[in-house]
Amino acid sequence: MELCDLSAFVITQQLRQKKISAVEVTESALKRIEAVDGRPGMLDAGSLTAEDEKKVHAFITVTTERALKQAAEVDRKLAAGEDPGLLAGVPVTIKDIFCVKDTPSTAASKILANFTAPYTATPVERLEKAGAVVLGKVNLDEFTYGSSNESSAFQPSPRNPWNTGRVPGGSSGGSAASVAAGEAPLSLGTDTAGSIRQPASFCGVVGLKPTYGRVSRYGLIAFGSSLDCPGPVARNVSDAALMMQVIAGHDAHDSTTANVPVMDYVKSLDQDIRGLRIGLSPDYFRIAFPNPQTGEYEIQALPAEIETAVRRAAELLAAQGAEIVENVPMPNTKFGIPAYFVISRVEAASNLHRFDGVKYGYRAKGPFQDLTQMYRRTRGEGFGPQPKLRILMGMYVSAAQYSEQYYKRALQVRSMIRRDFEAAFDPQGEHKVDVLLTPTCPTTAFQMGAVYGDSVLMQYADQLTVPANHAGVPGLSIPAGLDQDGLPIGIQLLGPDYREDILFRVGRAYERATENDAWRSEKPQVLR
Amino acid sequence: MTDQITPEVFSHLVELAALQLDPAEGEYIRRQLNNQLKSIHELEAIPLDNSLAPALHGVPYPAEISAAPRADVWQACPDVAAILSQAPQFEDGYIIVPDIPHTNLE
Repeated sequence: MELCDLSAFVITQQLRQKKISAVEVTESALKRIEAVDGRPGMLDAGSLTAEDEKKVHAFITVTTERALKQAAEVDRKLAAGEDPGLLAGVPVTIKDIFCVKDTPSTAASKILANFTAPYTATPVERLEKAGAVVLGKVNLDEFTYGSSNESSAFQPSPRNPWNTGRVPGGSSGGSAASVAAGEAPLSLGTDTAGSIRQPASFCGVVGLKPTYGRVSRYGLIAFGSSLDCPGPVARNVSDAALMMQVIAGHDAHDSTTANVPVMDYVKSLDQDIRGLRIGLSPDYFRIAFPNPQTGEYEIQALPAEIETAVRRAAELLAAQGAEIVENVPMPNTKFGIPAYFVISRVEAASNLHRFDGVKYGYRAKGPFQDLTQMYRRTRGEGFGPQPKLRILMGMYVSAAQYSEQYYKRALQVRSMIRRDFEAAFDPQGEHKVDVLLTPTCPTTAFQMGAVYGDSVLMQYADQLTVPANHAGVPGLSIPAGLDQDGLPIGIQLLGPDYREDILFRVGRAYERATENDAWRSEKPQVLR
Repeated sequence: MTDQITPEVFSHLVELAALQLDPAEGEYIRRQLNNQLKSIHELEAIPLDNSLAPALHGVPYPAEISAAPRADVWQACPDVAAILSQAPQFEDGYIIVPDIPHTNLE
């Protein structure tokens, strides 16, 4: 085992015991990047080589010098007896949708390819203040618009470390791939419909979508402003809790962050789960998919291996004293994607109007007849197909003549989805659950190229994660075994507002119960 | 089923969105938009109580957990030159753009 394979928790302990140095850990991570990552994502990458197809390609920018400087500062503080911070010396990767001062912040789009951020996003600032070492910026779907990472303008796009012929999921695919491949123990991602949890599930790592407003969005290049949640991607639940401890909390720069005290997430890991009520909902065991031939929607059963993983988790948690509550109704789950198609597109279209070739970013080559022509050529050349799709749909469904039919209706459906969660978690209600246990995704990682291009099918990859974004509640995806193809299966825990502590507690209990499972000793393909 | 977003409606949208698409890309995007609308139409099957309030966000923000608006006080940008330098074209503290089209009202 290399130093970069240690958990964040162990790194911080060994560092304080002076068994290792932050520079050594950082050098180990940089060496791993060199060994498994291949060439970084870039514009005009040309054709893929056979070598490219074996690599992870998590990164767009590796900030080697900056990282080594940060690590040296941690070592200096330790030597001087100063407190180096909760995440001292832990290498982290940052999804390239966050601004980090003086580094390229591209959103994986040509329109921001030349943009260097003049300030640092709050969650990144908090990580750095806590002593984390930022290794660089990792790839994503363009502007986070996708569930496979294939839409990035920076190619080669990331590949799944468990099988490089498969997608890592998205949009935080670079984050999940970098953690799964041992390039860093932690990554900062974002989740708008499942963009942390789905890639975490596909790559066999832990991913948390915090409660909306629990982690600041300041410095995050916005997609759906009422849905976006920054959160941790980690190799285990304890590391996710440790990172969450650092990034959570009110921020004067983001008025949607709540003035709610941040719990001691790390302490919650040691608490047992006796008496906790864990709900299972039949509405999370059936999935909807559009038939490519007819366009009609068909309800299908969840793949057996995924359902088995969830039911086994319930049994293991029950054996530790939790009470399993069956048949919790979540009837509006199936409307999550149709409502998301409307709400997210309206918000995305609004957010994307700022990219116009005037203030920053890409501008098409002139001469131009006038400003309008400059806008159109710049946006036409700068945006890829996914942002264009979102702008056009957002404008269509929010047009005055359709707004009532689509936008208002979608927001009302969102209220209904929220009510499902409120009823399930209501302490005076029929079911009184503390946590819902569900699958994270309807499938394991799919083949590169198998879905990309079909924007509807791709969106349905998020059907079990998006309800939590509509409702604003927190969701944690944890690895729960491998399917018959050796691909990771993820299970999801959903909790009430601001109760990430319960999710960590239950997630840790599941880890304890499965620590001797054979699948836990399996390694991703790129590390074998 | 006929496409809800016809080529004419699509062209109008593209213009409003200040985009420029080549024909192949335009046709792909128009087809995808119509496919997405089929999913969106699933919403019409839901019996909705008209008094149901639309949710602009999921988590409620009662006054006790909401931050008060900050004081409306002017603050200097710490590094104007760095911000301006991000503009594709600038000169003497101004961002340069092509001619702004205008129409004389009658």
